[in-house]
Amino acid sequence: MSTDFIKVRQDFPVLSRVINGKTLVYLDSANTSQKPRVVIDAMTAFLQHDYAPINRSGYQMASEATDLYEGARIAVAKFINAPNANEVIFTKNATEALNLIVRTWGLANLKRGDIVVLTHMEHHANMVPWHMLVAEIGIELRFIPITPDGQLDLSTLDELLIDAKVLSFTSMSNVLGTITPAKLLCDAAHRAGAIAIVDGCQSVPHMVTDIQDMGADFLAFSSHKMCGPSGLGVLWGRQQLLESMPPYMGGGNMIADVRLDGFTCAELPAKYEAGTPPITEAIGLGAAVAYLNDVGMVNVQNHETEMASYAIDQLTKRLGDDIVIHGPTNPELRGATLSFALKNIHPHDVSQILDQSNVCVRAGHHCAKPLMRLLGVNATVRASFYLYNNHQDADSLCDALEQAREFFSV
Amino acid sequence: MPGLEDLYREIILDHYRSPRNRGELPPPAVRTEGHNPLCGDEIQVYLAVQNGFVSDVKISGQGCSISQSSASMMSAAVKGKPIAEVRSIVRCFKSMMTIEEDSETEAQDEKVKLGDLEALQGVVKFPVRIKCATLAWNTLLQGLDEATA
Ligand SMILES: Cc1ncc(COP(=O)(O)O)c(C=O)c1O
Repeated sequence: MSTDFIKVRQDFPVLSRVINGKTLVYLDSANTSQKPRVVIDAMTAFLQHDYAPINRSGYQMASEATDLYEGARIAVAKFINAPNANEVIFTKNATEALNLIVRTWGLANLKRGDIVVLTHMEHHANMVPWHMLVAEIGIELRFIPITPDGQLDLSTLDELLIDAKVLSFTSMSNVLGTITPAKLLCDAAHRAGAIAIVDGCQSVPHMVTDIQDMGADFLAFSSHKMCGPSGLGVLWGRQQLLESMPPYMGGGNMIADVRLDGFTCAELPAKYEAGTPPITEAIGLGAAVAYLNDVGMVNVQNHETEMASYAIDQLTKRLGDDIVIHGPTNPELRGATLSFALKNIHPHDVSQILDQSNVCVRAGHHCAKPLMRLLGVNATVRASFYLYNNHQDADSLCDALEQAREFFSV
Repeated sequence: MPGLEDLYREIILDHYRSPRNRGELPPPAVRTEGHNPLCGDEIQVYLAVQNGFVSDVKISGQGCSISQSSASMMSAAVKGKPIAEVRSIVRCFKSMMTIEEDSETEAQDEKVKLGDLEALQGVVKFPVRIKCATLAWNTLLQGLDEATA
């Protein structure tokens, strides 16, 4: 089944924006993605015609709103092939989802000296919460190292996992684009008696996610990176784990009963959704998931493999020795997130010159400072492609990089 | 949109390509470090103070053209100057780097020749880069406070 990616691009209103006579070349989707019209329309329609509270009031509009909200949960559950929609918890973002795991499962199950294994390529969101447990209760961290071409070095995996209680890792690097072998890592964790936590922020938007096949115990991701609105993240967890963990935030919606001398928790998923949730945003994410399903996640991934392949090819051809692309060069091993260095030009200056051509990239450490140190840089330029990008975007990137090279050379 | 030539003036590129006062100073010179948490750039300022004068200053670290050239120009502007004058140069530079109009009036009373540094004025039109331009200056201020504490 072939998808018309020319039409896909037209589904995103912002991409027709013209600034200073030039169209937008949006290459920052690893940061946050643009939104298709169907998502904007779904949220607008809800706000204009259907907005009402969920779960608390008996009138018709409230029950319709509840159905829409819960419908989004079911859509998300199907999207990742979760066995049960009650295992899908809506959070503020992926960062909150990861912190939720650490503060509930982590504090309840870990003690001084317990070992948590991460990788050297984690986003700060999957590192700092663990550092906080190191400081608070004295857990120990180990890190899976990285090979020179930016893949996980699994040669010592079994040793690293000895006595480990947790393996928590990204399924795709937000800097290098590396796709990690999630299923293999989950299996290894379980063999060692550890639970497996997957930071799916960068993979869930870009490829088929089958959580049952992957075998993870927890998965975290963000709506805003997958065509949905910001302000919403997803935590998926195995039901018996979520049921056995203490609650996270206390307040409305998460309780079954409150007395002067205590409270009892609500059932899943309400147990972890204290307070009024982002209702409109959840409905937006439901629409985003439906949209991605229509395009087909296999098609999305194929399109991005093609984008990565073409972009790497063009960048190498046109910039030659002046560019160093970090991470795997084989497009099959990576997503279309490309970090690179342009010789003698600082990433900030590169992105400034690119901005003159409306080429939007991110320059910086990408919230992965330990990885940056390993690469021996303070910052990289990162161009990240999504389903709405095309070959011309890659060409515009190369044009603008050539301009930057010219501008800074004497 | 302001043009690139507002930002990347020739004098800035010159300081970027051949930075002045690069290096380190041994103690008792004061060493302070500044980070731009947004982009990961870091800078170290070494400050030697003698008899109320900045007798020497050195800069190390990595950063973009704006942060590096600003540091380089700063080092040239403050080296050999009395501390009181250095502080007023810092104040004037920082007020040049603020977007609010009213903060200018304060600095107006304090007429300090910023010289080459005025080339950095264009940075204000690119608000995200202001932090790059002020990184070295905030780090210097820290050093001044330590050296004169
Ligand atoms: C790999 C990875 N993990 C976690 C996050 C955090 O996501 P959010 O900022 O939406 O919480 C990001 C996004 O920047 C990411 O790329």
